[in-house]
Amino acid sequence: MTTLLATERIKLFTTRSPWWSAFLALGLTIGFAALVGLNHSGGPLLVEHSQFGTQFGLMVVSVMAALAITTEYRFATIRATFQAVPKRTSVLVAKTAVVAILAAVIGEVAAFGSWLTAYAIDGGPEMAITTGADWRMVAGVGLVFAVTAVIAVAVGTLVRQSAGAISILLIWPLLVENLVVLIPGVGANIHDWMPFTVASRFLNGAEPIAPMGPWASLAYFTGVAAVLLVAALAVANKRDA
Amino acid sequence: MIEAVGLTKSYGKTLAVDNLSFSVPTGRVTGFLGPNGAGKSTTMRMILGLDTPTGGSALIDGKRYRDLHQPLRTVGALLDAKWVHPNRSARAHLQWLARSNKLPAKRVDEVLEIVGLTAVANKRAGGFSLGMSQRLGIAAALLGDPQVLLFDEPVNGLDPEGILWIRKFMHRLAEEGRTVFVSSHLLSEMALTAQELVVIGRGKLISQSSTEDFVAQATENTVRVRGPRLTDLRAALAQAGVSTRDEGENLVVSGMDCADIGELAARTQTVLHELSPQRGSLEEAFMQLTGDSVEYHTEIADGPTPATLVPAGK
Amino acid sequence: MTLLAVERIKLFTTRSPWWCTLIALALTVGFGALMAGTADATEPLNIAATQFGYGFGLVVVMVMATLAITTEYRFSTIRATFLAVPNRPSTLVAKATVVAIMAAIIGELAAFGSWGIASVIKPDIDLTINTAYEWRAVAGVGLVYALSAVVAVAVGVLVRHSAGAIAVLLIWNQLVEPLVQLIPKVGDDIHKWMPFNIANKLITGDPDPTARNVLQGPPPSDAVLGPWPAIGVFAAFAAVLLGIAIVVANRRDA
Repeated sequence: MTTLLATERIKLFTTRSPWWSAFLALGLTIGFAALVGLNHSGGPLLVEHSQFGTQFGLMVVSVMAALAITTEYRFATIRATFQAVPKRTSVLVAKTAVVAILAAVIGEVAAFGSWLTAYAIDGGPEMAITTGADWRMVAGVGLVFAVTAVIAVAVGTLVRQSAGAISILLIWPLLVENLVVLIPGVGANIHDWMPFTVASRFLNGAEPIAPMGPWASLAYFTGVAAVLLVAALAVANKRDA
Repeated sequence: MIEAVGLTKSYGKTLAVDNLSFSVPTGRVTGFLGPNGAGKSTTMRMILGLDTPTGGSALIDGKRYRDLHQPLRTVGALLDAKWVHPNRSARAHLQWLARSNKLPAKRVDEVLEIVGLTAVANKRAGGFSLGMSQRLGIAAALLGDPQVLLFDEPVNGLDPEGILWIRKFMHRLAEEGRTVFVSSHLLSEMALTAQELVVIGRGKLISQSSTEDFVAQATENTVRVRGPRLTDLRAALAQAGVSTRDEGENLVVSGMDCADIGELAARTQTVLHELSPQRGSLEEAFMQLTGDSVEYHTEIADGPTPATLVPAGK
Repeated sequence: MTLLAVERIKLFTTRSPWWCTLIALALTVGFGALMAGTADATEPLNIAATQFGYGFGLVVVMVMATLAITTEYRFSTIRATFLAVPNRPSTLVAKATVVAIMAAIIGELAAFGSWGIASVIKPDIDLTINTAYEWRAVAGVGLVYALSAVVAVAVGVLVRHSAGAIAVLLIWNQLVEPLVQLIPKVGDDIHKWMPFNIANKLITGDPDPTARNVLQGPPPSDAVLGPWPAIGVFAAFAAVLLGIAIVVANRRDA
């Protein structure tokens, strides 16, 4: 497995898109934190104010993770890959792991970078990371990014096309999850179980009416990712490369 | 040794490969011949475990490709030179492949040297010409120093220099005792490279034999006889039940070899200026055997001109 | 006219426009049906609510429009196109026009389809389109889709990669525009001039909001312009983007 991880690491870092994505994700999150820090008024800056850009970073990482697999299909290097290592499950698990680790690193750097930036601009004692909720809000970003990357790789494997995978990955959290809540009657209930909504409860704390606490929310989000990944593995094993 | 047993692949109602059985002997260059669309690439993909056969199996040294441990050490393959990420450098492409099969990193530089790409190793593969891409693909195939090599249409679209290079390379691989399985729709090319031939058409096996036998079987072997006065010899041949025909001043004899014709000439005291065996061209043989199984005939009035004359666009 | 025919043939001989049309209509009309079916006394059905799926249709149409040009770059058919018609501005304008017309048709089908299915499901609720606002809310959808398609084509020409162009368009439309509001002090002012927010004004805007609940239908726009000036500004925005794209395509190697 370490061999496969090293293989996938080489593959990921010898193309440009992960570098661009990392750069963009950090620029957006930290830039947003700086913007908020500079334009702040009415009350002291809080930890949560520094994390406004998280969702930008998340979407960029999601695109990066999807591209990691869809470009393999696009350029047929997936065939070279399966030729070198015919055990498709191992290959895809290794790829998912590498991408998830990179996503986690981007997430942590983005979160702490944003916090530091905001703190440096207009920080006070209110911005100290003290409670468990504070830690989740900052250090938890990497976890959410990593699990999101798993979902993105799974969707990318299933769809195989960059355009389709990215459309789904962006439209789902940004549009579908936010709009279902507007459906009269059942909307709010469905919304409660939408994966990215649940993930944000891990970061930002769960309202009392939420079905799960923060850590259970993260577990549920991870469960969704695991199910998608298993489905993707099953399909990739069955399909002609 | 590559062995296909009852290999079948269907896409919906279309049978791309139909109950195909053949074997590729160890230590020789075996040509895999057939018109475009005959199912050559599909067969190769199934051998490499990329596509799942609808029926039958393909085994390499008795194992399915997917069961090979570090397969690049056993089998090297170049199916399509464009299976490379355009933004990755040639070296990086080989690096990840090497790493996946625990091959030493220095092997990357060795194969780059072998195919002559050392100077452009750090350039992005997307900018490579077809010839360079092909070399990179061969470098990838050689990474694991495998005993078995598969090439799908390796000379397709190459310039004469590139074709010559590939041809020499195949010979070198065979001289090193490797098993080489190379597909082509160009028979003349195969005649220069392959010792064995597996011929398919429309997904079905047409023949498996040595290149020589294939040509001998498929074409009429004739002997050309030239001389100032052939009347007696013609009569003697007719008596022996051998068919002859005139071709200008020459007599073309089919069904008797040079030695016997020579004896007969001596007995009839015929002066001969020439006695030479005529071999049918490979193209003729190919046409004859696959004539019915070409998928797309062109509509040129004079005679069957199969689509194989058009360079394959994959 | 020839160029339009050429682009029409190109568009309809691949599968992605058909798929996108199908998905766009299914989403919009489906949500229209869902809104009608789940409406009750506390959240009554009105014309705005039938257009609930408008945003979904919009993104799908933009994806379709982007792919119309990025797939040309992806498969290098753009070179064949420029070989056949070296006049690049005309070609690109023709393509934008065909895609925009297609988007407009999808928009009208989606809007009237949603409205129609809601009327069928709740026959006892009066959904007659009377006021100017109601006409804009339904018939205006096609116009917004068409102009958004032009924006998408322009972005596609500039970016050339499907993945990048779609990411830019969706992240802009769905993330950047709503999130700028969160910037303290200046956020709201910036948001009022965001292009898609301005375009929304035609569908959801004043005057005459007919007592619609914020939670029904697409969220209302806070643009300061009136509905028609707003769509004019959006059209100008689309035209400028397309102009930039054409200049770039003209100067760049195909």
